Amino acid sequence: MNRKQRKRLTRILLTAGAAILLAVLPVTGLLRLAAYLAVYLLIGYDVLRKALLGIRNGRVFDENFLMAVATLGAFVLAVLTKSGDYNEAIAVMLFYQIGELFQSIAVGKSRKNIAALMDLRPDHANIEKMGQLCRVDPEEVAVGSIIVVQPGEKLPLDGVVVEGSSALNTAPLTGESLPKDVTVGDSVVSGCVNLTGVLKLRTTKEFGESTAAKILELVESAASRKSKAENFISRFARVYTPAVCAAALALAVLPPVAALMLGNAPMWLTWLYRALTFLVISCPCALVISIPLTFFAGIGGAGSRGILIKGSAYLEALAQTKYLVFDKTGTLTQGSFTVEQIRSVSMPEEKLLEYAALAECASSHPISRSLQRAWGKPFDRSRVTKIRETGGHGVTAVVDGDQVAVGNEKQMAALGIPVFSDTKKGTAVHVAVNGNYAGQILLRDLPKPRAAAAVKALQAQGIQKIVMLTGDSPAAAQTVAQELGISHVHSRLLPADKVERVEALLAEKENGTKLAFVGDGINDAPVLSRADIGIAMGALGSDAAIEAADVVLMDDDPMQVSRAIGIARGCMKIVYQNTVFSLGVKFLFLALCAVGITNMWFAIFADVGVMVIAVVNAIRALKIK
Amino acid sequence: MKKTYSIEVDCANCANLMEEAARKVAGVAAVTVSFMTQKMTVEFCPGQEPKRVMQAVLKVCRKIEPDCDIDF
Repeated sequence: MNRKQRKRLTRILLTAGAAILLAVLPVTGLLRLAAYLAVYLLIGYDVLRKALLGIRNGRVFDENFLMAVATLGAFVLAVLTKSGDYNEAIAVMLFYQIGELFQSIAVGKSRKNIAALMDLRPDHANIEKMGQLCRVDPEEVAVGSIIVVQPGEKLPLDGVVVEGSSALNTAPLTGESLPKDVTVGDSVVSGCVNLTGVLKLRTTKEFGESTAAKILELVESAASRKSKAENFISRFARVYTPAVCAAALALAVLPPVAALMLGNAPMWLTWLYRALTFLVISCPCALVISIPLTFFAGIGGAGSRGILIKGSAYLEALAQTKYLVFDKTGTLTQGSFTVEQIRSVSMPEEKLLEYAALAECASSHPISRSLQRAWGKPFDRSRVTKIRETGGHGVTAVVDGDQVAVGNEKQMAALGIPVFSDTKKGTAVHVAVNGNYAGQILLRDLPKPRAAAAVKALQAQGIQKIVMLTGDSPAAAQTVAQELGISHVHSRLLPADKVERVEALLAEKENGTKLAFVGDGINDAPVLSRADIGIAMGALGSDAAIEAADVVLMDDDPMQVSRAIGIARGCMKIVYQNTVFSLGVKFLFLALCAVGITNMWFAIFADVGVMVIAVVNAIRALKIK
Repeated sequence: MKKTYSIEVDCANCANLMEEAARKVAGVAAVTVSFMTQKMTVEFCPGQEPKRVMQAVLKVCRKIEPDCDIDF
């Protein structure tokens, strides 16, 4: 509890004690009134003050105003009717304060929980100074400094290992605690926990640009992209309070006037009392607090499982996803190709691979990297000149003075070179040297171990259409699609074609449903932004993906997509439950009050009770699996 | 230029109202108030002195919740 909360608790306890004392003490008359007034002021002075300030600042209708008018009204009524029942005003104020205290504690607690789940912020970095380890603030470490990370410590900054080897726990980032072995030369990202050995890192980024800081910023600024539900609530609150005040006024005036005109007794005080009760019920707090709290808890809970959602708007959209479009390479498949077969026309197979690997040496395309890996020898880059990469086609370069073209069938067709027609499964990379066809290298990209299970899980979740897009050949695409059980496949797509496909799908789907695109964040930024929701996968260490996507999966497990949708749906369910429940109870009590069935005690119980239940329900969003 | 400040705000509705009010302050290009993280993110118009703008922002926020505080 913080200072404000402790103060409020003290006032609540004092008031409760004083109210009990006054009930047994035989004070009467004016003294009694004064004593009760003192207790009332003790519990309600801040509300009265805020209500007054609100009026002075031109903000008349807020909850403080409602509570002030209702309780003061009850007090005045007790004096007018000479009932001496001043307890009502005090009780209403007391329960209101209890509700506020509870709300503040609950919100503070879930705030802390979520902060603990997203415990990425490193407290210090170790720098070696004259043989001594010094602890410094990570924000003060310049790029290129050498820092030391002890076992058990969090990596404070992104960097490259320069000394030592160890295993890293990536759980704080991915939610999955698989140790990852690192050694000299490996890039490592902040937020991971060093498990076994001492590591020396050369930092490559400032703290603000480091992975941990970026992720924290993303989660914290998630609030700025508000969902429709949240916008609805804030718009609702804006019209709700004035409307209720008007209704209360009508309730106080119209029935007595009508009764007068009909020649009956006006019963002014009865209707005034009902109007005041009306005001007590009307506080919009339960609704206003519980919806953002649910989203916050949902986003926090997802974050702790390695799913970063950039705003409640995307959480909402994710829950409505019916079309899911996957990029193949690196998303459903491992994205690292193994060479299955080399078919050379004349030169030795080894030589063909060397040409291909050298020509592709500057490219970061998964196929290029696989060729480089398959070649497996260090490069002498000076052997390669005039490299030109054409997206969706391939690469041309001059290797050892020979004009080399490496790419798919489109590339060869563009150059007017006939190729072996490929009948085999897999991806064929064709090589031409000095304008003559030299042969092809057949590569195969295996599906990820959990990809088939992920597709099944998504179908079980009621995703209507799962589509796979790829730049790969139809044969390779079909093989993967069959293995995974995906029926809609579009192959041989250039990056621009993928955007077109997604646009066609967007036009095709029903209104009110959403389309999500899942890619690895490399080369597919336009598609990620064109889809209703762009999901980037395996983003650990990839800034581009974090920037471009709406939902970022730190891990590269396709199962996470289904999990993200599950969390989003669970969260939206709670949002609807809370909306319907709080509004339903409010309107029920407002109706009961208008016909005079409830009194002010019930009213305050309804108000605080609904709020407590809604908040407890909202916090459940943190734990959705 | 965008800056994030911690803000002390007690009610969710007030956070929404503060966001709206702060948006109208001169020198503020965009602003969001997150009740849950107790953070206020302000994007300033070019050439504005953040400190001066924030004083005005605090003033309008205090009108909504008298005991609100922004750390700037």
